[in-house]
Amino acid sequence: MTLANLRPMAPELILIALGLVLLMLDLICRKKEMLAIVTLIGAILAFYFIKGSHGGLFDGMFIADLYSNFFKTVFIINLLLSTLISVKYLDTERALHGEYYALLVFATVGMMTMASAGNLIVLYLGLELMSLSIYVLCGFLRNNIKSTESAIKYFLLGAFSTAILLYAISLLYGSTGSTDFNKIANAVAVMGAGAALKPLLLFSVALFVTAVGFKIAAVPFHMWSPDVYEGAPTSVTAFMSVGPKAAGFAIIGKIFFVAIFGLHVEWVKLLIPISVATMITGNVLAISQTNIKRMLAYSSIAHAGYALLGILTADGDGLTAAMNYMLIYMFMNVGAFAVVIMLRTEDFAGDELKDYLGLAKTHPLAAFLMMIFMFSLTGIPPTAGFIGKFYIFTALIHSGQLKLAVAGVLISVISAFFYLRVVMYMYMKDPEVETPVSDSLYLKVALAISVVMVIVIGVFPGKFIEFAKASLILQ
Amino acid sequence: MPGTYVPTDYLPVLVFLIIALGFGLGALLFGFLLRPRRPYAEKLSPYESGMLPEGEPRQKFTVRYYIIAILFVVFDVEAVFMYPWAVAFNKIGLYAFVEMMLFILILAVGYIYAWRKDAFVWD
Repeated sequence: MTLANLRPMAPELILIALGLVLLMLDLICRKKEMLAIVTLIGAILAFYFIKGSHGGLFDGMFIADLYSNFFKTVFIINLLLSTLISVKYLDTERALHGEYYALLVFATVGMMTMASAGNLIVLYLGLELMSLSIYVLCGFLRNNIKSTESAIKYFLLGAFSTAILLYAISLLYGSTGSTDFNKIANAVAVMGAGAALKPLLLFSVALFVTAVGFKIAAVPFHMWSPDVYEGAPTSVTAFMSVGPKAAGFAIIGKIFFVAIFGLHVEWVKLLIPISVATMITGNVLAISQTNIKRMLAYSSIAHAGYALLGILTADGDGLTAAMNYMLIYMFMNVGAFAVVIMLRTEDFAGDELKDYLGLAKTHPLAAFLMMIFMFSLTGIPPTAGFIGKFYIFTALIHSGQLKLAVAGVLISVISAFFYLRVVMYMYMKDPEVETPVSDSLYLKVALAISVVMVIVIGVFPGKFIEFAKASLILQ
Repeated sequence: MPGTYVPTDYLPVLVFLIIALGFGLGALLFGFLLRPRRPYAEKLSPYESGMLPEGEPRQKFTVRYYIIAILFVVFDVEAVFMYPWAVAFNKIGLYAFVEMMLFILILAVGYIYAWRKDAFVWD
């Protein structure tokens, strides 16, 4: 075995090296902006290496294929955008510590490992690397009581859900005799119809749904997310509302669509009420929020519900639609958080809804960008959000779940109220106070990328849908 | 039943578990039956010839103990990995040497980081 044999995991290796370099640079480098630039260069290098990564490593424990490469693309773009929006924000919050970027990088490596796992143990390893890094990131504003609270809450509940996942893994191993996804699939196939009669297997399925539901913040496992999202540093909230969620969907594809696909009748039964409850709870509770970070937290719960609708078709089209939804959700959500960060300046928190009053008069460009992201989150054409929902509902209808599609569309009408309220505040009211905005160049680049992608995917969705479709492992 | 997974490879583990349980419980039972019993207050205290325990055990400890414990675990595990590597060194050759150097390099980064952040300073 030589270095060339490790080519399939080149993106991960580059990022691990980047994380170590960042830790060392932090000790000698006074200007912390340098660290952000190094992170960006390293992440772009890793991004470049995703394309040629194919094949299995370590007896199929680590698999780089088109499916994992799709998610790795999402994770690395998420890392890039989060780094860009962090530079000025950390300065404002007086939290300029080099570990921040190293932790972002390590969390991304964890997500990438999850997407590439061929084995339950590797999946768990990636999950822990991701979670531990993000627990620390949540509490990054050490002198801020809310940030500390958010870290503690996320840590306690996260550790609990990890324990549930381990329990699910042990039961699945106990009843199939393997931790390898393909071998589990074979064992379940051999059992045939008898598989659905095995209490241990069913219990394991239910526990998997619970553990993954926690990671993607699906109702009733969503309780942590509003508090954690509100308390965490806003740049971390942007990072963690996309990353772990997409990683959750990546492992849904691995576990539900490969390992226990033979039991899909059972897990679809569980996911139908969960996805409907997630959409309703997220959208209804978002209405009463006055803090924009909390509102976006509930909105992120609701979006997990839409993406779950794609999963419960239990076919390739639905999974493609959910993957595509994650790609789109990343751009519009990080974009919205970038605007929230833009309003955070010295002496001004800028995360209450009333801070947006009359923003169109004082800062027309910021208001316009926020409007685009709000339209996209609502799902109004010609933005990307519309395309995301359109493909989810199409996949649902094709699989015969007409009632759920109708329910999804109706529930998404509710969401128009609170997204468009922000737009109304900005455009139809007069400003109460002077809201200053940040003038960071990095932030502007992140905003430009997000808004361009939201429009481009909205107008020319073909290429992106093809990208998601071509990435599917099961056709 | 077709497809039923029976973990036969783990039979020795089960046997070992039963022997271990039997040995442990048996020794306790044996002692319980044989030994003379003459308890008095001094003998029943937690530390027969030590200090008298004072206050609640749930006190605040300084967080430094925690850092020291973590650092200890890291280097302890490093040593555990290095020992078999060193024993088998002339069989596994250059590739394993490079691998071990990478492993040490990663730990060294952590070591330097902890050092520069004053994790070893006790004040």
